[in-house]
Amino acid sequence: MTSPTATPTASGLKAGSVLEIRDLHVTVGDGDDAKEILRGVDLTVRGGETHAIMGPNGSGKSTLAYSIAGHPKYTITGGTVTLDGEDVLAMTVDERARAGLFLAMQYPVEVPGVSVSNFLRTAATAVTGEAPKLRTWVKDVRTEMAALEMDSAFAERNVNEGFSGGEKKRHEILQMRLLKPKMAILDETDSGLDVDALRIVSEGVNRAKADSPVGVLLITHYTRILRYIKPDFVHVFVAGRVVEEGGPELAQKLEDEGYAAYVKDSAEQAAVEKTASEKTALEATQQ
Amino acid sequence: MSSNDTSNTVDLDTAELAHAEKAALAAELFAPGVGAQAGPPTTSATATGSAGDTPPGAHSHGGPVLNGQPVPTGSPAERFTSTDPDAFPKPTGREETWRFTPLRRARQLLDGVPSDARLQVESDLPDGAVLASVEAGDPLLKGLPEPVDRLAALTRQRSNGATVLRIAKEAVLDRPVTLRLSGTGAEDVVWGQLVVEVGAFAQATVVLDHAGLAKYSGGAAFLLGDGAQLTVVSVQEWAPGTVHGGQYDSVVGRDATLKQVVVTLGGDLVRLVSNVSYTGTGGSADLYGLYFADETQHQEHRLWVDHSVPNCRSNVVYKGALQGDKAHSVWIGDVRIRPAATGTETYELNRNLVLTDGARADSVPNLEIETGEIVSAGHASATGRFDDEQLFYLCSRGIDAETARRLVVRGFFADVVQHIGIPELQDRLMGTIDARLGALPELDEQPVEVG
Ligand SMILES: Nc1ncnc2c1ncn2[C@@H]1O[C@H](COP(=O)(O)OP(=O)(O)O)[C@@H](O)[C@H]1O
Ligand SMILES: [Mg+2]
Repeated sequence: MTSPTATPTASGLKAGSVLEIRDLHVTVGDGDDAKEILRGVDLTVRGGETHAIMGPNGSGKSTLAYSIAGHPKYTITGGTVTLDGEDVLAMTVDERARAGLFLAMQYPVEVPGVSVSNFLRTAATAVTGEAPKLRTWVKDVRTEMAALEMDSAFAERNVNEGFSGGEKKRHEILQMRLLKPKMAILDETDSGLDVDALRIVSEGVNRAKADSPVGVLLITHYTRILRYIKPDFVHVFVAGRVVEEGGPELAQKLEDEGYAAYVKDSAEQAAVEKTASEKTALEATQQ
Repeated sequence: MSSNDTSNTVDLDTAELAHAEKAALAAELFAPGVGAQAGPPTTSATATGSAGDTPPGAHSHGGPVLNGQPVPTGSPAERFTSTDPDAFPKPTGREETWRFTPLRRARQLLDGVPSDARLQVESDLPDGAVLASVEAGDPLLKGLPEPVDRLAALTRQRSNGATVLRIAKEAVLDRPVTLRLSGTGAEDVVWGQLVVEVGAFAQATVVLDHAGLAKYSGGAAFLLGDGAQLTVVSVQEWAPGTVHGGQYDSVVGRDATLKQVVVTLGGDLVRLVSNVSYTGTGGSADLYGLYFADETQHQEHRLWVDHSVPNCRSNVVYKGALQGDKAHSVWIGDVRIRPAATGTETYELNRNLVLTDGARADSVPNLEIETGEIVSAGHASATGRFDDEQLFYLCSRGIDAETARRLVVRGFFADVVQHIGIPELQDRLMGTIDARLGALPELDEQPVEVG
């Protein structure tokens, strides 16, 4: 299951970048405790496209996001991820970011004693390969912070320390704006935001889309954010794989009907698979 | 992540819980068996049984961790104190108070040979601050909290008087008082005693800036009048070869506020005992500490906060990093809430970042609570390697693992340093830390835990 290859990008931009995920299998835990979370994910995101990934809690959405970004907690057991043909899985975490991937985290991490301004400058230097020119940099940061309705005092605070939920998400989008990725994965950026914050954060994403042909993987549990950020494709994600995909109308269907039907299907399928594998195991012992 | 965390916070809401319920809750939250102990300071580390005379309703809590292993706590609830050195047995290394200290290196100090050697003192005294001295036998010295170990008693005796820094009542100093104390050699032991008297409602910052080479044992007493606000910064940037022992006693008056920032970077052996007591209600003490132990350095910080009057607060935050073979840090955090100290609010935290193999951090928090009517009491102690989540977050923004580690360690320390409130001193200390981090080849060779 991949997004239709012949579809022109919705924004109409000629976009070079392609993120391709093929048959991705991922486990968490070690040895006997290893548990397969992603069970064969296929997905293609082109620059300029916005793909919504929607699924119930625990379906593996964050696992997908973290696996693409390279979090050490997750073990890739099969499949490939490429960005413009380059093997993402062979890259270190920082190399992935420098290659143009960005992950806005569901739960951004506090880094005590590291100021936002120092962090942003260090990150921008790393991603662009040279220290940004001070004058334009300060202006860029100020402008974007103002657009995200963030107080300028924010820059002197420690990264994510004592931030409210909304502040953390604005800070993530601020980074997306400043680092200008080719592919941005937004992991439940909408969760925990009130309507105002949701609008502000969404506008930030839309500004990024307008400025450059960024590909967006918009992971969400709810359809609410899709009223602000229009997806070109919607993928239903259940039990570690994409179980259905379509256009924006699919989001409406999910809004009306929820995930229940998919979850039930998926449970039945898992049961069938389990029986099949037990049967194989039984046959194996009988031989 | 190869880290070991223990943490414990208790919030007892005085408004909602009746006294009996609170006592019961405290009993549940604080495991019995590590009860109040009375006796001399030689209580062995393994003797942890409750003393028979533990008052009813007394609960204590110990969650010490030694290199990841929980150990019984042996901190006596009642400490023996005396101005007579011979009232303390000669340390053998088995005593609770000396068991972590490399006694061989401390021998010259513990031998207690009298000496007239002094540290070089360079002072910067703003208006409102006066430096004087008093003879041995001065009544001021008789009123100081007593020494808690043999070295401190020797120091009190051998220093033969004291330097006294007086901050006038209601004076608000326009800049910090700085005493630059420099060692000029390691042949003779230097004995020193400082008394800082802060008049009622005065506001002052006092910096003790230690450097150079010395064998030094120094006592310091900080006496805060009612409503006084004192920040004490003690920097140990000693040269290699230095041995520094000391007992700091802070006596916090009614509604007075103490902030203490202890920064230990240099020297072979630094062992500082920091005691806080309160003489009136509404007192507040924030004790911050930072240490960075390199190869063979021993850095020991022992804290004792004694809540004996109602409605006071204390907050202890000590952070240390260790790198290199036989780097050793010791942090002992004793907090006692006596039966009379209702309405107490206390928290203590010790975090150790072990940067390389072969370094050892000992961390022993000990919280003894003898009344249920407190606002809150808690402690946390964590010793570990880098926080993988922090490193991942930074790397996911394109920052390479090496730079990310430096940012995290810098941040770890900056968190404490920023409490000093003197930008030039903060910059200087961060510069020293940067240089120390820069000279860390092991950092490059460490397995990249992220990526
Ligand atoms: N470190 C981990 N150890 C064990 N299980 C985990 C770990 N991380 C995630 N999981 C499990 O993986 C599943 C998917 O989690 P996640 O990717 O966070 O889902 P989602 O983001 O869709 O809510 C859940 O069942 C979760 O409990
Ligand atoms: Mg998630």
